[in-house]
Amino acid sequence: MTEQAPSPAAPTLPVSLSANPVLSSWIRFSPEGHVTVSPGKVEIGQGIVTALAQIAADELDVDIARVQMVRASTAGSPNEGVTSGSLSVQHSGRAIRQACAEIRQIFLAAAADRLGVGAEVLDISDGTISGPGNIRTSYWELAGDVALDRHATPGAVPKSSTQRTLAGNSVQRLDLPDKVFGHPRFIHDTALPGMLHGRVLRSELSAATLVELKENGARAIPGLVAIVRDGNFAGVVSETEAGAEAALGALRKGAIWSPGEVLPDEDRLAEWLKVQPAELTVIASKTASPPGEKTRTIRRQYTRPYIAHGSIAPSCAMAQWTGDRVRVWTHSQGVYLLRADLALVLQLPLENITVEHMEGAGCYGHNAADDVALDAVLLAKAAGGRPVRVQWSRADEMSHAPFGAAMTIEIEAGLDAHSEIVDWRHGIWGNGHTARPGRTGQPALLAATELANPFPRTIATNPAQASGGGADRNSVPLYDFPSWHIESHRLTTMPIRTSALRTLGAQGNVFAIESFLDELATERGEDPVLFRLRHLSDQRAQDVIRAAAKRASWKPAKRDGTGYGLGFARYKNTGAYCAVIAEVEGAEDISVKRLTIAVDVGEAINPDGVINQIEGGAIQATSWVLKERVRFDNRRVTSNSWTEYPILRFSEVPEVHVEVMSRSDMEPLGAGEAAHGPVTAAIANAVFDALGVRVRNLPIARDRLIAAMELTS
Amino acid sequence: MPDIRFGLNGVETEIDADPDSSLLTILRGPLGMTGPHFGCGSGECGACNVIVGDHAVAACDTPLWSVANKDITTIEGLGSAQQPHPLQRAFIAEQALQCGYCVSGILMSAAALLMRNPAPTNTDVRTALDRNLCRCGSHNRMVRAVLRAAAEMQAR
Repeated sequence: MTEQAPSPAAPTLPVSLSANPVLSSWIRFSPEGHVTVSPGKVEIGQGIVTALAQIAADELDVDIARVQMVRASTAGSPNEGVTSGSLSVQHSGRAIRQACAEIRQIFLAAAADRLGVGAEVLDISDGTISGPGNIRTSYWELAGDVALDRHATPGAVPKSSTQRTLAGNSVQRLDLPDKVFGHPRFIHDTALPGMLHGRVLRSELSAATLVELKENGARAIPGLVAIVRDGNFAGVVSETEAGAEAALGALRKGAIWSPGEVLPDEDRLAEWLKVQPAELTVIASKTASPPGEKTRTIRRQYTRPYIAHGSIAPSCAMAQWTGDRVRVWTHSQGVYLLRADLALVLQLPLENITVEHMEGAGCYGHNAADDVALDAVLLAKAAGGRPVRVQWSRADEMSHAPFGAAMTIEIEAGLDAHSEIVDWRHGIWGNGHTARPGRTGQPALLAATELANPFPRTIATNPAQASGGGADRNSVPLYDFPSWHIESHRLTTMPIRTSALRTLGAQGNVFAIESFLDELATERGEDPVLFRLRHLSDQRAQDVIRAAAKRASWKPAKRDGTGYGLGFARYKNTGAYCAVIAEVEGAEDISVKRLTIAVDVGEAINPDGVINQIEGGAIQATSWVLKERVRFDNRRVTSNSWTEYPILRFSEVPEVHVEVMSRSDMEPLGAGEAAHGPVTAAIANAVFDALGVRVRNLPIARDRLIAAMELTS
Repeated sequence: MPDIRFGLNGVETEIDADPDSSLLTILRGPLGMTGPHFGCGSGECGACNVIVGDHAVAACDTPLWSVANKDITTIEGLGSAQQPHPLQRAFIAEQALQCGYCVSGILMSAAALLMRNPAPTNTDVRTALDRNLCRCGSHNRMVRAVLRAAAEMQAR
């Protein structure tokens, strides 16, 4: 019998292309010399449109100025689900690269045919296909003859990293000039012909019932077009935005609400989370054989509060009915998913609803973008076929949009006689981290729960572990501990509405793991960098930690009131590697002076875009750590303004230094969420280094710091 | 109602509106200037900042009557793609934003600073922008961009 060499795996299409295989749904050429690229992912301020344009231009050999990016729409874009999880480059980028590689071959073959030469002698430069003896044609010339309405086939081989000229180089973001010159680009700044303005009346009480609504005050406001009432859902439509605001104010005066759900005690939140009805999932479990000899255990509890998305723009949408068809403009992260939920609420077939993306402000996860789209659709029903624009108030945005879930995390380490870790247990309690639309066959949109025939509130769940998990994201250590048990308790009640916020549970888990490791290293008197390196066999993990430590001259000499701390994670354990060294200063109020970061995102398509994302993530995480928590009493969310929910200001922002590791031969990985967990832990560990106080309950605000000091002394 | 007059980006403007209306409502509504952005409606975020005289103010909590006979500059009047203000050039050069919703207000705060203080320090810039919120974390790039623009304007 002869042994056969294993055959190479059959080539497969990238997941997004496999789901949307028609090449022309991604790429089209115009005779005028443009390439139209139509991704299913959307721009949410992360620069994805530019990175995808770079990828297409590179693979097709055209100047990036010829690339026209199309906004996602259910009218024809590939369905790529939701733009989240730092997966846009991985999903859309790979699909576009693969599609372009095949399209390039198709055009080369067509050109060879037309020019009567072999394809192998042809070359493409800025869309012009030329060969020996000055023969030439182009994408634009051939566009009419080459049919791209065919399915992608696996096998086309994209260029190698060394053959690419654009990817790997920083290019200017395509959307920046509009934004810097104040040209209308955001949905908020778009006016449709004949557009009316709508506002929805919501009580500040959580899940309140509208007992009585006097309409006469609002009816007296000039410009009023309609008052809409359906159960607890009420709103106004006006000829002008100022008129809509005035009518809303009048309607509010005429409304009597009864309180809804009782909210938990904010001061006992960690304990409350642990005693709610919950669904238990074992995330990972392994036992060493033989088991290490445990001589003692150390257990610590870490918590994070509910965190608001806090988009600078309140959510906005427009909708217009024509008969039983409705067109919706939205800054949702998933146009197809939103359409699915709208269809459920409206009881209409999908094809009656068109959902188009327009840029909004950064959303950082599932905020009220989808909710306001349903609001607009409902109000537009009363607009006689005219489009209606609805914008939420700041207060509604800060109290009725979903929050990132609060978490209680308990970690216990079993140590042997040499204080080495032989066993590790990690438990998580909290609400699920996603209640996005389009996922459950039940609408996840706020107004759906307010109608006279209401849909139940969608209780947040956690994405599967294969998709990076939710509450459990990054809960399985990347460290080589011999045995562990990780479990997650997902609450089945949800008095405070939660859904996806950047990193889902990763920020909380990395904070807990990296804080605890720091505690263990301190107890052993071991340097925290060396302690981590000793437990990591992943070379890329070691490299980012070493790079950050080197760049920060780890560990600088101790000065009074100053401290340094390390945090590390590989996002989702499959994404970007990130190590952070934080330098903090202070006593009762902590200020973060400097963050030194090393990141490995594989191939960095737009290195400056990567740095921008990492910097931004690091600064946002600093804000979460030092300042942010949703406040509430037992009836309502009280942190409904920037005064009540402060975020980091210019004078408080640390210096941020980012080193991007050179890995052009590796698959590109998203950067948007890599820094949050490591930054959180690095700051907490630096606070301990500075003050000898271990803050285990976020945020590291003055009251929490004082409480931790009292516990320490 | 008497008309209220003011200069808007160098153009004499007259408007017949409730003098208690917010300047932002008037700019974005009847005057169609959507560069100043609505963010909070209570002067807490700076997304709607415009320059009145030589100071950046939040248009959302500036009543219309208070700008009578004054000069207002919005982002639309700061510069254009053809003739960009040094700040606009510097923000592009430094790629100093992510989502960009806050940026028109930040540019106006920065422009007002440079009118009063042509050679600001890093701390001066941060102080001048402290009432502007940015949620994407582009602060340091923006500060670099303002300093770059100041240096360029000084060199001329």
